Amino acid sequence: MSWGWEVLRAAAGTVIIFSGVALVAAMFGVLLERKISAWMQSRLGPKHVGPQGLLQTLADTIKLLQKENIVPTRADRTIFASAVIVVPLAALLDYVVIPFGTTRSGPLIFRDLNIGVLYFAATSSLVVIGILMAGWGSNNKYALLGGLRSAAQMVTYEIPMGVVLVTVALLAGSLSTVTIVNGQSGPHHLWYVLEQPVAFVIFLIAATAEVNRVPFDLVEAESELVAGYFSEYSGMRFALFQLGEYGEMFAMAAMAVTLFLGGWLGLPFLPPVLWFVIKLYAVIFVFMWVRWTYPRFRIDQMLSFSWKVLIPVSVLNLVVTAFFVIVVRR
Amino acid sequence: MLGLTHYLVVAALLFALGLFAVVTRRNSVTILMGIELMLNAANINLVAFNKYAAPGAMQGQIFALIVITLAACEAAVGLALVLAAYRTLETVYVDEINIMKW
Amino acid sequence: MSGEAVVFYLLAAVTLGSGAVIVTSGNIVHAAAALVPALLGVTGLYILLNAEFVAGIQVLIYAGAITVLILFAIMLTEGGTGLGGRQRNEQTAVGAAVAAAMAALLIAVAVRTNWAPPAAGATLPSYTPGAIGQSFLGRNILVFEGTSIVLLVSLMGAIMIARRED
Repeated sequence: MSWGWEVLRAAAGTVIIFSGVALVAAMFGVLLERKISAWMQSRLGPKHVGPQGLLQTLADTIKLLQKENIVPTRADRTIFASAVIVVPLAALLDYVVIPFGTTRSGPLIFRDLNIGVLYFAATSSLVVIGILMAGWGSNNKYALLGGLRSAAQMVTYEIPMGVVLVTVALLAGSLSTVTIVNGQSGPHHLWYVLEQPVAFVIFLIAATAEVNRVPFDLVEAESELVAGYFSEYSGMRFALFQLGEYGEMFAMAAMAVTLFLGGWLGLPFLPPVLWFVIKLYAVIFVFMWVRWTYPRFRIDQMLSFSWKVLIPVSVLNLVVTAFFVIVVRR
Repeated sequence: MLGLTHYLVVAALLFALGLFAVVTRRNSVTILMGIELMLNAANINLVAFNKYAAPGAMQGQIFALIVITLAACEAAVGLALVLAAYRTLETVYVDEINIMKW
Repeated sequence: MSGEAVVFYLLAAVTLGSGAVIVTSGNIVHAAAALVPALLGVTGLYILLNAEFVAGIQVLIYAGAITVLILFAIMLTEGGTGLGGRQRNEQTAVGAAVAAAMAALLIAVAVRTNWAPPAAGATLPSYTPGAIGQSFLGRNILVFEGTSIVLLVSLMGAIMIARRED
């Protein structure tokens, strides 16, 4: 029964990921979003609950927990309920391959899979199924339209993201995230954002589209589709969808830091985990900054931008990178 | 102790389920789902043989990757055909698409 | 029972149970939603067989793309309004008998054959993505290039077939 210890360790890891994401990503991320948006709009954000409004999201969560779980009359209950599980699960599974830092005994990562980057792309593509099920199971025209549009958008933007992930893996020579970070250290190597600026920009654009944020948030635009695919969800189910969305955003930012900004690498006067956190919040700030700066795209503009601009540019980038790796580096 | 036989039995049962779906269901999309189940069963067989009977090379895994790729192609073309048929014939049930019978 | 055996039986139960839901459910959207645990169970079996790259590709393509394609096809055809239609044709008994006979034949062959055990003490080579890539560009380059042509042709064909005629 020695495998019982492995099961226990996996369960402990799951609890740590869930509570870490729930606290840091969902609660603190929502508060950060409200404060940053307030600062950019020359107003104050929430400031009544707790010192400087820090406990605002806690109050919001308690409010959501005590609301009634309403299921529409002719909605498909099985699909309605299982969509709530699929979306946050796929978002939380992303965190298994992200290296948060390094200690004396090795990198601080849940599992250094040798297919790390491929695993990240695969779990990001599982969110689409949850969104389709949520849109269908609500028995609501707006939810169904929002779900179909969101699924089309996410499937379209997975392609340039996949090509960019392959480009970075080509530079590092491996799909494992720890190897990619280590490939950016050392005397002759730069962070990949300097070697691949086009890939960095494409990754940020594709990541914004994958988590349905502005300027790609037509699918949940408050003025158009009520709330898109989660219009009919209330109470704790709504909170779980928010957890999934913010968790996915933080996972994308963490992957951008790992792939392009050197992960935990930095000058030795701060511990590596702190460097990772600083870079993570820098990328999160860029995401939020973009949200309050740009207007929203139409669905046909969004899809044609991906098919006609991002995919050719990313494939061209891959070909040029492959040429340089083979001809110049060997 | 797990052996090759366990995986072959699971693959055989999955194949039989897929075959049942293809033979007995009326909706063409369900028939395509049954075909996907059969392809997955064949893939399990390939990868299991790679590990247990021929671990030196990786031909089994290569073959399984090619089968997954071709299954994606076949699902895309099959579902395009279903959509085109629905647009013209107003039905997706295969026993109602019999305009060539006399 | 070793941990590997417990995980194997669990994954086999998930896969075959979801497969049973897919082939017998009267609601086609439930059947499509049950495709996801079936494919993830097969992914687990691949991981048990030391094929991690194939497992990653399976989740990315099968559970992430083909399932979405099937759900789109259901929602664009009459999957929503036609839920009340009969889902099984009149060949149910014959079909079940044929499927059971096929399964019995395959299981009998699998159980009774004396598969040659692998060389004792041989360690498995590591099936890293690098090794698979080298194999694709080495021994298996013909099938790799042929598959890329098939992908291109099926992409063009699917677009042309599903296009509106206006």
